[in-house]
Amino acid sequence: MELNELIYQVIFYAIAGLVVGSAVIVALSRNIVYSAFALLLTFLGIAGIYVFLSADFLAVAQVVIYVGGILILIIFALMLTNKVKDVNLSNPSAPPYIAGPLVVLIFGGMVWMITHTPWRVGAPQGIGDINEIGNILMGHYMLAFEVAAVLLLGALMGAAYLARRKKD
Amino acid sequence: MLLCLGIYIVLVRKNAVAILMGIELILNGASIAFVAFSRYVAGGVNGQVFVIFIIIIAVCEAAVALAIILNIYQNFRNVDVDEVKELKG
Repeated sequence: MELNELIYQVIFYAIAGLVVGSAVIVALSRNIVYSAFALLLTFLGIAGIYVFLSADFLAVAQVVIYVGGILILIIFALMLTNKVKDVNLSNPSAPPYIAGPLVVLIFGGMVWMITHTPWRVGAPQGIGDINEIGNILMGHYMLAFEVAAVLLLGALMGAAYLARRKKD
Repeated sequence: MLLCLGIYIVLVRKNAVAILMGIELILNGASIAFVAFSRYVAGGVNGQVFVIFIIIIAVCEAAVALAIILNIYQNFRNVDVDEVKELKG
């Protein structure tokens, strides 16, 4: 099935290119609203990659939670705190000509580490069966599940308290 | 790759909301690595369960960080992380 394999590779590289290209726009764009919409494209591309990796529950959870939750929050915060005269977008303590080569160095180190490690690539396992995820989440990871629920409650109360309307 | 771009965003950008976007990119890059390893190398479904927890934690910290950013904007009228440097004592 040579053609099937080829189409698989092409689509994977297209989605991976979409993710990386959108992340580059998030990093380097002068207009921060462009960055927010490029972040939307990045999240959708990451959901596509999850589908490739047979993690369908995670793909849907990613779209619903990240795009429909966090991204909406970020765009709200952008629209509420935007100033139109802000053009200089770099931090004086880490200007792009220092942070750029540092990040390229980190990336090169990671690529070297990935290609020089003998991975034990076995048969594809970890197929995202929703039954299995549910069983493990409620059985083995029950404590982490409850702690995450308490964390969500605490974060919700904290955020609602911090963002309340102050009486002036 | 996503991890390095996220680190670059957190280091370079001046707007606090842009820094939050960089942090979300870092978390997503790590999540892709988790899911890829869970499928191809070892670990079974545990990688995907861990990514569920990463998403939960990212939601919490994004909500609290945005509440803090709104408060900073109300106090200083400015969201740049360079300009908000007075600690009222």
